[in-house]
Amino acid sequence: MLLRHTPTEIKERKVLTINPAKTCQPIGAMYAAFGIHGCMPHSHGSQGCCAYHRSALTRHYKEPVSATTSSFTEGSSVFGGQANLLQALNNIFTVYEPDIVAVHTTCLSETIGDDLPQIVDKAKKDGLVPEGKKVIYCSTPSYVGSHVTGFSNMVKGMVNLLAESSGRHNGKVNIIPGWVEPSDMEELKRLASLMKVKHILFPDTSGVFNGPLDGTYRMFPEGGTSLQDLASAGDSSGTLALGEWASADAARALDAKCKVPCRVLDIPYGLAATDRFIDALHTLAGVPVPEEVERERGQLVDVISDYHMWLYHKKVALVGDPDQLIPLTEFLVSVDMCPVHIVTGTPGKAFEARIKEITKDVPYEVNVKAGGQADMFLLHQWIKNDPVDLIIGNTYCKYISRDEDIPMVRHGFPILDRVGHQYFPTVGYKGGLRLLEKILSALLDRKDRDDPEETFELVI
Amino acid sequence: MSTAQKSPPSAWDPASVKEELLKKYPPKVARKRAKQIQVPVPGEEQPEIMANVRTIPGILTMRGCSYAGCKGVILGPTRDIVNITHGPIGCGFYSWLTRRNQTRPGPDGPNYMPYCFSTDMQDEDIIFGGEKKLRAAIQEAYDTIHPKAIAIFATCPVGLIGDDIHAVANEMKEELGINIFAFSCEGYKGVSQSAGHHIANNQIFRHVVGEAGRPPEGKYRINLLGEYNIGGDAFEIDRIFEKCGITMASTFSGNSTYDQFARAHTSDLNCVMCHRSINYVADMMEQKYGIPWIKVNFISGEGTAKSLRKIAQYFEDKELIDRVEEVIAEEMVAVKAAQEEVRPRTEGKTAMMFVGGSRAHHYQDLFNEIGMSTLAAGYEFAHRDDYEGRRVLPNIKLDADSRNIEELEVTQSETEYNPRKDSGTLEALAEAGLPVKEYKGMMTQMGDHASLAIDDLNQYEAEKLVELLKPDLFCAGIKEKFSIQKQGVPMKQLHSYDSGGPYAGFKGAINFYHEVDRLVNSKVWSYMTPPWKKNPELVGAFVWE
Repeated sequence: MLLRHTPTEIKERKVLTINPAKTCQPIGAMYAAFGIHGCMPHSHGSQGCCAYHRSALTRHYKEPVSATTSSFTEGSSVFGGQANLLQALNNIFTVYEPDIVAVHTTCLSETIGDDLPQIVDKAKKDGLVPEGKKVIYCSTPSYVGSHVTGFSNMVKGMVNLLAESSGRHNGKVNIIPGWVEPSDMEELKRLASLMKVKHILFPDTSGVFNGPLDGTYRMFPEGGTSLQDLASAGDSSGTLALGEWASADAARALDAKCKVPCRVLDIPYGLAATDRFIDALHTLAGVPVPEEVERERGQLVDVISDYHMWLYHKKVALVGDPDQLIPLTEFLVSVDMCPVHIVTGTPGKAFEARIKEITKDVPYEVNVKAGGQADMFLLHQWIKNDPVDLIIGNTYCKYISRDEDIPMVRHGFPILDRVGHQYFPTVGYKGGLRLLEKILSALLDRKDRDDPEETFELVI
Repeated sequence: MSTAQKSPPSAWDPASVKEELLKKYPPKVARKRAKQIQVPVPGEEQPEIMANVRTIPGILTMRGCSYAGCKGVILGPTRDIVNITHGPIGCGFYSWLTRRNQTRPGPDGPNYMPYCFSTDMQDEDIIFGGEKKLRAAIQEAYDTIHPKAIAIFATCPVGLIGDDIHAVANEMKEELGINIFAFSCEGYKGVSQSAGHHIANNQIFRHVVGEAGRPPEGKYRINLLGEYNIGGDAFEIDRIFEKCGITMASTFSGNSTYDQFARAHTSDLNCVMCHRSINYVADMMEQKYGIPWIKVNFISGEGTAKSLRKIAQYFEDKELIDRVEEVIAEEMVAVKAAQEEVRPRTEGKTAMMFVGGSRAHHYQDLFNEIGMSTLAAGYEFAHRDDYEGRRVLPNIKLDADSRNIEELEVTQSETEYNPRKDSGTLEALAEAGLPVKEYKGMMTQMGDHASLAIDDLNQYEAEKLVELLKPDLFCAGIKEKFSIQKQGVPMKQLHSYDSGGPYAGFKGAINFYHEVDRLVNSKVWSYMTPPWKKNPELVGAFVWE
């Protein structure tokens, strides 16, 4: 047993987190910044933060992840990191020549109170930011919220420091995709294009973390939202923010700043959430839904009906981020599966309420917890007390999956040991098909493994 | 930015490559980097290389922090100490199972390595202090797990807000009656992971070594220092030791346990693998307990054989000397066969390696054994002595960052000091070719061919080196892996070994030869250009004819 010290009996913990279901803000800010074309994400803190975030993203994507750091020493921790950041900006623009640097803070620079607006202003006055180049920033204290909060803060930074209102509408819809994979961002753009909705999607990591191998290393790959588009987002007719935790703040900030109205939707995982996304594009942009989209929807409904017997009343444990877990749980309920244990380390009472509402007709007791001590240790204990048929979550779940001999589907962050998330979306109807394929494969592989010989069947 | 076309360089001029690497930098950066890039020369006198100095802000570094070196590297591989990270959640999360240090707890033994324990500090803890939370977290960890020892690791904000983690550790040690100790390894300490190694080793030496008196059974008892059991290296080394009749009483810290550390003072010889991360522990054990240390290297077939001979020579026992020779003769058959098998496909190929504090040196031997040479190498966090040899130790100036890392005052133990060899014997051994406390450094090995030694290599220089010198293989860490491979050059992780290993010992050498063969001869590197980029576009109906 790998997790041999996890007792079945649940004793309340008040302060200790064991096997967290979240990480800290800066990595989210870094991931979001990679969704700007020509951007160098910069971590203002000790170099270890940057090294850890780069390593985690690299392991997740198997792609280059180039970001810089202020490399604080003990001296900078005492006297402030201004000199480090000024020097860093000069070096970054000279050596790497990005179009933009996106700075986020860390617990170190937050605790000592470094003032990013002031330092960046000084950098500009000192001539360290070349003509036409941009520096944006956001505050991402690691001791507040989670990686999701950091993502949200950086996207808000993009809006606050890049979006402009020229007074003329550009006829586009902004889509803030939330913390989803590059493949998902690509799929959202494809769906919007199918609907003939002109759009600006930001941030956009497609073409950044799923690039080709062709003998050339591009520090700034072809993907990413352009600075022009980010500026123009202030002229769009509306914003669809996907996910209350990762996207809503930026959309509201854009509304406040440039009077671009917004609607907050769930990330379109599964049938119902995708229906709402498509319907929102349909009604807000005033476009008909093309047959092709309806056919994709019909295919998803078809597969649900074809394989419903293997899904019906199967119990599922989930771990992940609120914006993902809400529509995922909804999707599972919609195919008559039973999500029974759900945790996220990202705090939010609204999360627990949404999950309870979605699962109110599930015929089992449902455990849900968000925030402090809502960790994978607790999830494992819940599973020990009330076993499930399937676990859905990041790669760390494989320790529980192996110990408890329960099949798992990898979804979320980080996925460190399988390929696919970079290239194949789980949003939209096609993404729903992929989710179902993965869930069914996991369940049926297990059935084929465990069935006695006399009931082992060729056709399922 | 750059495209590497395969064509191994014949004669090249390291000095002009160095110049090329520096061209784009702002003047201040160029001046500093110029001192960190040196051309090794033949012999022991090497040009002075600047090392263990601050990373330049904004220059894309490979380095991590003190916490990573302390909690991740040194204490990470020990399976039966509950490691609690005191800080916001990230540091604990990122150091959770991400190094490939393997362990063998047996079916029932304690193993906390798959767990991540954190106080997950919140803003109120930053404002009002986190000591109360830490105390409660230790209690909850104890109540949940019942370990024999708990270690506390400080993250950046802890030092800034002034939490006294050592006082909390002492208090809880009293209260719970188990060993509890803390590490002030805030990420901003020092200039790299190296500071964290030092902080970790100091505390293990202070709080654990010497706590248990009973040595394991065995005639030739040694400790292996600076071996972290990545990919199972320590298992292979242990296999060889067992075969030779050598008892590995403790490793620092691959596949280690609390009790192994606690009994380390009972061994008769310390063998140092990674000089950088632990040479000072060997020094301290010599001063306090009288255990001499020698430098060993179990990377490469010849290196392993040589290290075994050194150990046997140290014990001055014919039985062991003979047994070691038997084992070497037996094991080297397969090693030689594997070399011969891959050599036609690896001979003449070139490598670069930029890792850690010892592997960039040790792995050069492995490459040599299959006919490959090292064009450029360097460390991520080493000091001058790791490059130029210990002879420069007296000349290394302590800067402010190093001065902040505690140096323990060690004196002879009144009860446990026992010089294993008198000075006369040690001198005689040195004359016979076994000097204690000797390490000649990486550069001395590189001076016989055109090469570059580069400290704290960064992304830009890595890309330039690949572009200019077109190595057949590049070795570094996970962060460097994919930018190198995008340039069309295979990249091997020498921190984590990707998913491979063991590469130490005889079987490890064989594994590595095959791995290198796979890497440099993989078909994938021929697929980068699609056929239509090679064929001219033809227009007109005749194309179809």
